[in-house]
Amino acid sequence: MKSIFDIITKQPIWIFVLICIIFFSFSSPFFFDLSNFTNILIQASTIGVIAIGMTFVMINGNIDLSVGATVALAASLAVGLQPQLGITGAVFVGLLSGVLIGGLNGIIAWKTGVDAFIVTLGAMIGVRGLVFIYTGEQSFYAHDLAYSDFGASSLFSVPVLALIFIFLIILSHLVLKYTIHGRNVFAVGGNRIAAKEAGIRVGPHMLVNFILIGFLAALSGVLLSTQMGASTPNLGRNYELWTITAVVLGGTRLTGGYGSIIGTFGGVLAIAILRNGMNLLQVPSFFVLIILGSILIIVLFIDKRFSEQQGHGVRA
Amino acid sequence: MKALLDSFKPGLKDKEISPLQFFGKHGISVALVLCVVIFSLATENFLSADNFLTVVMQASIIGTIAIGVTFVVIGGNLDLSVGSLLSFATVLVVDLHDKVGPGMAIPLMFVFTLLIGSINGFLIGYLRLNSLIVTLGMLSAIQGITLVYTGGKNVDISDQENTWFAFFGREEIFGIPVPALIFIVLGIILQIVLLKTGFGRKIFAVGGNETAALFSGLRRKRLVFSTYLLSAFTTACAALILGSRVMGSQNNVGEGYELLVLAGVILGGTSLLGGSGSIVRTVIGVLILAMIQNGLLLLGYPYYTQWLVTWVVIIVAVWLDIAAKRGKLLSSY
Repeated sequence: MKSIFDIITKQPIWIFVLICIIFFSFSSPFFFDLSNFTNILIQASTIGVIAIGMTFVMINGNIDLSVGATVALAASLAVGLQPQLGITGAVFVGLLSGVLIGGLNGIIAWKTGVDAFIVTLGAMIGVRGLVFIYTGEQSFYAHDLAYSDFGASSLFSVPVLALIFIFLIILSHLVLKYTIHGRNVFAVGGNRIAAKEAGIRVGPHMLVNFILIGFLAALSGVLLSTQMGASTPNLGRNYELWTITAVVLGGTRLTGGYGSIIGTFGGVLAIAILRNGMNLLQVPSFFVLIILGSILIIVLFIDKRFSEQQGHGVRA
Repeated sequence: MKALLDSFKPGLKDKEISPLQFFGKHGISVALVLCVVIFSLATENFLSADNFLTVVMQASIIGTIAIGVTFVVIGGNLDLSVGSLLSFATVLVVDLHDKVGPGMAIPLMFVFTLLIGSINGFLIGYLRLNSLIVTLGMLSAIQGITLVYTGGKNVDISDQENTWFAFFGREEIFGIPVPALIFIVLGIILQIVLLKTGFGRKIFAVGGNETAALFSGLRRKRLVFSTYLLSAFTTACAALILGSRVMGSQNNVGEGYELLVLAGVILGGTSLLGGSGSIVRTVIGVLILAMIQNGLLLLGYPYYTQWLVTWVVIIVAVWLDIAAKRGKLLSSY
């Protein structure tokens, strides 16, 4: 009994995912179906890949608002440069742009000591400017069909995009749980000054995480553009908000020091299943917005009550 | 030798402030002056009363919201829901205009907007939930409510020529556009409220040190609640301007405004940690952003160039602010 209570309070989002699956399976004949599940995974992968990076950054006690703009930058470069560089070269430049934006954010946050919220808020506005300057407000189309074929391809009858997503989830879970870097993520987020005194190089450590999320946001942008075979300068708008929503639903604390990849995975799935299921039931998509917003606040409420009971609110 | 001379002038050292501290204190004013000088030299049309009014007018919507949000931020919280709330209020007032007439539409819009603001205030003030996540949730929920209300369709006012509703966005008093007037008057009133009333001082106290404020008998819950009512109120005022200017509204017209508003507030030097800030500086911050936009357009750059400049300006401004408090340029991580 106690373990069930533990799961409900620690990972309430998985309970919600389960309820959603059961509910939609009974109410829609098309929901409980392998091809629909892989569909959900593909739909989840765009936000999910970024959410992995966001989990690292948020456990660190930081936040990254610039991911949506980075998605657009990487997608635009990866599609727009194909005529000059070929697919491989263009994708490489696209991913590199994410690494550079992440690195820039990280170095600014490290060296100036300006809060990550402000650093990345600036970058979110500025990088979107870069996207518009590069594209001249144009959408790009991939003329080489091999590019969009990749987005639609499957391996062992599982779509490649879903495989990449699952692989990254497992890999990042292992990194966060079993490596020195992973433990440092929690240490820095829990108490930055103590972590510094204990000999962790806090600045470079945070830089690595910003580079990670920059890379993952760029990867998400590239994957998204393979799905569409195109890129638009407004791609990725509001993705930062969706990503943060997913990560917080998964139980990661904004104040840092607490969170997990498994929880984040649950949060991402919850959003994707809700959207997919409501879609199948032909509920207008606006209701999803209201439900998601409410769930976010309810999860926060449960989490707060629980942490107050347990540790008298020490964990904030 | 210089050190020797200095040692004969006791007391002087305390009064001297380093260039860094000077920028920390007056950086925002310096930036404003720099902006005006650079754009005046670079373009012919920037330095004119007409153009200045245009800038204030362009800044009026974001600025009006930013005035209310400054209260929230000084109280130690954030409000990310103002963008969605702006969409909601604008859609509501425009839609109700044709149904019940402007005389009823405006008060109704204010009531519903303040109602949503009070939900924010209740969750954050009374239930003490994290403001960033609550308002993030409200951002999406309010967007959903707006879409449910309209069914996804755009709304507009059918008879745009013969309605006194045009007053708020399109008309002038003594040559000053009404939006600019609303912005400036609200700014002055709320600056006085912030500095000269007990209410204003209490908000500084709550944002500065919550525990100390609690022990000195301040009603934290009620104060935080009222900051969210204020930000909802200024958002409703902005919706009045926007709805009247456009005479119609898309469902997502306010999308992204929350972050532009925050950019203005942050540029004005209001600390996100709470406990410090001022309305005047927020107004200057918003004006600088509007001037950058206006000046770059006059110089012939495409509109999106301003975003790049905004990026640099925000980071440098906050960096100098922090560096001045810290006493050195780089952090010690």
